[in-house]
Amino acid sequence: MAAEMKIGAYVCKGCGLGERLDCAQLAQIAQKEGKAQVVREHEFLCNADGVATIRKDIDGEGVNHVVIAACSRRSKVEAFNFEDVAVARANLREGVIWSQPDTDEARELTQEMAGDYVRMACAEVLKMQIPRGNPNHGSNKRILVVGGGISGMTAALEASKTGYDVLLVEKTGALGGMAAKLHKRVPDHEPYADPADTLVADMIKAVEADKHITVHLNSTLSRTSGAPGQFSADISQESGGTQTENIGAIVQASGFTPYDASKLDYLGYGKSPDVVDQLGLEELAKAANGGPINRPSDGKEVGSVVFIQCAGQRSDKDGELSYCSGHCCNTSIKQAMYFKDANPEVDTNVLYTDLRTPGNGEDFYRSAQRKGVIFTKGKASEVDGSLNVKFKDLILNEEVTTQPDLVVLATGQVANAGVDIEAVPQDEPDQWKANSGSVLNLVYRQGKDMPHLRHGFSDSHFICFPYESRRTGIYACGPVRRPMDIAQAMEDATGAVLKAIQSVENAAEGRAAHPRSGDLSFPEFRKEGCTQCKRCTVECPFGAIDEDEERYPVFNEGRCRRCGTCMGACPVRVISFENYSVDSVGSQLKAVDMPDEFDEKPRILVLACENDAYPALDMAGMNRIQYSAFVRVIPVRCLGSVNTIWISDAMNSGYDSVVLMGCKHGDDYQCHFMKGSELANTRMSKIGDTLQQLNIEPERVITHEVAITDVERVPQLINDAAKIVDDIGMNPFKGF
Amino acid sequence: MSDANTAMVEKYRNNFLKEVEANVEEGEWVKMCMQCGVCSGSCPFGPHWEHPPQEIFMMIRAGKRDEVLHSDSMWMCTSCYNCIVRCPRELPITHIMHGLANYAHRLGIAPKMNPTRRFAKIFWDNITKSGRVNELSLSLKLYRMDGWVSFVKKGLQMAGVGLGMFKTGRLDAMALFTHKGIEGKKGLHAMLKKAYEIEDKRKGLA
Repeated sequence: MAAEMKIGAYVCKGCGLGERLDCAQLAQIAQKEGKAQVVREHEFLCNADGVATIRKDIDGEGVNHVVIAACSRRSKVEAFNFEDVAVARANLREGVIWSQPDTDEARELTQEMAGDYVRMACAEVLKMQIPRGNPNHGSNKRILVVGGGISGMTAALEASKTGYDVLLVEKTGALGGMAAKLHKRVPDHEPYADPADTLVADMIKAVEADKHITVHLNSTLSRTSGAPGQFSADISQESGGTQTENIGAIVQASGFTPYDASKLDYLGYGKSPDVVDQLGLEELAKAANGGPINRPSDGKEVGSVVFIQCAGQRSDKDGELSYCSGHCCNTSIKQAMYFKDANPEVDTNVLYTDLRTPGNGEDFYRSAQRKGVIFTKGKASEVDGSLNVKFKDLILNEEVTTQPDLVVLATGQVANAGVDIEAVPQDEPDQWKANSGSVLNLVYRQGKDMPHLRHGFSDSHFICFPYESRRTGIYACGPVRRPMDIAQAMEDATGAVLKAIQSVENAAEGRAAHPRSGDLSFPEFRKEGCTQCKRCTVECPFGAIDEDEERYPVFNEGRCRRCGTCMGACPVRVISFENYSVDSVGSQLKAVDMPDEFDEKPRILVLACENDAYPALDMAGMNRIQYSAFVRVIPVRCLGSVNTIWISDAMNSGYDSVVLMGCKHGDDYQCHFMKGSELANTRMSKIGDTLQQLNIEPERVITHEVAITDVERVPQLINDAAKIVDDIGMNPFKGF
Repeated sequence: MSDANTAMVEKYRNNFLKEVEANVEEGEWVKMCMQCGVCSGSCPFGPHWEHPPQEIFMMIRAGKRDEVLHSDSMWMCTSCYNCIVRCPRELPITHIMHGLANYAHRLGIAPKMNPTRRFAKIFWDNITKSGRVNELSLSLKLYRMDGWVSFVKKGLQMAGVGLGMFKTGRLDAMALFTHKGIEGKKGLHAMLKKAYEIEDKRKGLA
């Protein structure tokens, strides 16, 4: 491939580039320094004629590597979409003319900046290959749904409606899950005034009648392996039989278990049969079926009932839930209506500290008040065996006791998220055994289930992308992902199953799943150079890299998200993508024309995450926010892909500062690739000693957390770096 | 405790909220309060009430009948309507306050010496007597409310204002003798009597 490489460079003069820059000189740079065989300037490159010019050169002249010196790589993506060639973009518009002042004094520096970006793009394209697409892809498009509750059934029905076959695995002997145990549900339609039918029975019927959905009852997954488009799952029946099925993606809708109320003996649970949890009350309501509800102890008709909200949740007590389960206020409102609708004379008192009614619950709350349900802002401290409820009225600020006929505890949701892979490590390769506590029983080296995010809920990209998980092709939805009610679970299931469909469709074409959806490149490694250090297998946030018998990495390209974290981790730099490698970035940063020490023109290298920091820089340009002309920005797929060699290369090449811009990390991470920016941060914290040994001030290497909205902050960060260089002086390595 | 009041306690026991709903003007709104406290925070008299509206509503739900009806809190309302304007649940709070005050008064358990109650009573008697307010008589009775000493004090205090009003023709010095009221006073008195009858019957106050 490299032997036949023919580079075509195209310099655009539209959008003011022609007026602000000497485009002829840029074309000359591309030709002389960038070694482009075909070089053209165009008045308006993204118009039909411009695109046709490039197309003609590709088809007629044999150009297979294209440099487009125009706007940011984030603009005009569709016009400049040439999948059969390698494309590099020099960002002259947002990155140069829009971020630099339009003055005569600034002209020289602006032109230098543009020249460097052309050099960089030419150097990059020289190291790029045309991505071929993942050769080891699978094209199975069937969706496996784990769990037959509301979420699972919704996912199955939505997938079927979209035209995909579904395999539905349910642990128990019947579909319906938790919702089937409810008397009625919180209403999801106007006027949000009364409890509504759950419609679970209709849903079960629809699932059973759907010829695209195959249901396995009394079944669990005993072994799951593979990647999007080519998963293989062993479905084991309670009776003992196991069958292996191939599927393309998995939706995990394993739901929740109510918090164990027997831990709440101080609230009377277990002391009296007349203290029940919400699910217990549903049972009583189902038995009453619209008539007056009788209490369990003596069958007496309930004349007064107290609901205790936040029972064992939103609590800092040991063993209780610290979070809010979201649905319980609405559920208690609904349950109070069971009583009021049957007999308005029943005293119903809801003890709450903060009433939270998501969705259209506020209307539902008002409706309950109209029906005479009394809401008391108070905190229950104790319920004894005779149902004396001791609580503090928080409005009147006094301790009170009341004695109803029945007490209902609003306990929380505990996710059925399987085993915690942090606590339960994966079995040794030849001793792998199914774990009965696991939902998925994955054979991934990272563990049997999806990682737990917080409070034992299943993994998702909680802050930014709820349906992206760390296990590509596996998507959690419903209360296993976060506490939620029926309406939210249905919406969630729809979202998750669409993500699953996106993943199987991309997999079938050998393309990456989200967030680099459609990317044809994939990681490869040079086996001769590999030292089997395992850093890539350990640091891959997605469990995409296994090891073979000789402990060499084995890439599961289907699971790979193309973030390049492995590439950044590799100490011997043998991992690369066809169009993104240690070399492709390394040669970009080396291609910059480096002024010598006495020119008083420092150079600052910015490695910016393409998901957040780079768009923020583009937007800064669009808003004409100016920043230092000494900066040279290289977008990276993720800060996790930054190999420390780039830092030392930059220092050796004479850069005066290197600024890394990645996403927020930590518990509330915003990194698309979960761990990328965090890993980069760790790596950079370790580079300080090395720099000091080289007699380079560690302040020259700066890492920032940047959000996509930091449009005004990002230019400031660049200027801050320029100021630091001003203070500590030029890089002593310049010119060596 | 008047007879009417005793009867209420018997009839409702702990269910004061239902009593309020039945007998207090706009009382059916009390259950709709969501305890956000905006009314208490908006009330210009807020710091001076023993129980701001939000608290009164909670006390009603908690069945604190005596404390509510004996309280002088609702008598503190100046009808500025700030709470009504701001209440996110659109409760007619001002009206409820007056309704509660009136109900307590009718039961005979409102605080006897509360100045608002006394003024209201003077005003009511004044206006119903002739069907039109006799301003001079009203002012004099108001000054005399706390006895003759205070009458003289207040009279001297307001002398300048009174003189000014007299000079500009805003005060009729002879009104005590010449005030005529409306035509058909008898009809008005008969109407009011009938209205009392109907209300007492409905609320069981008779």
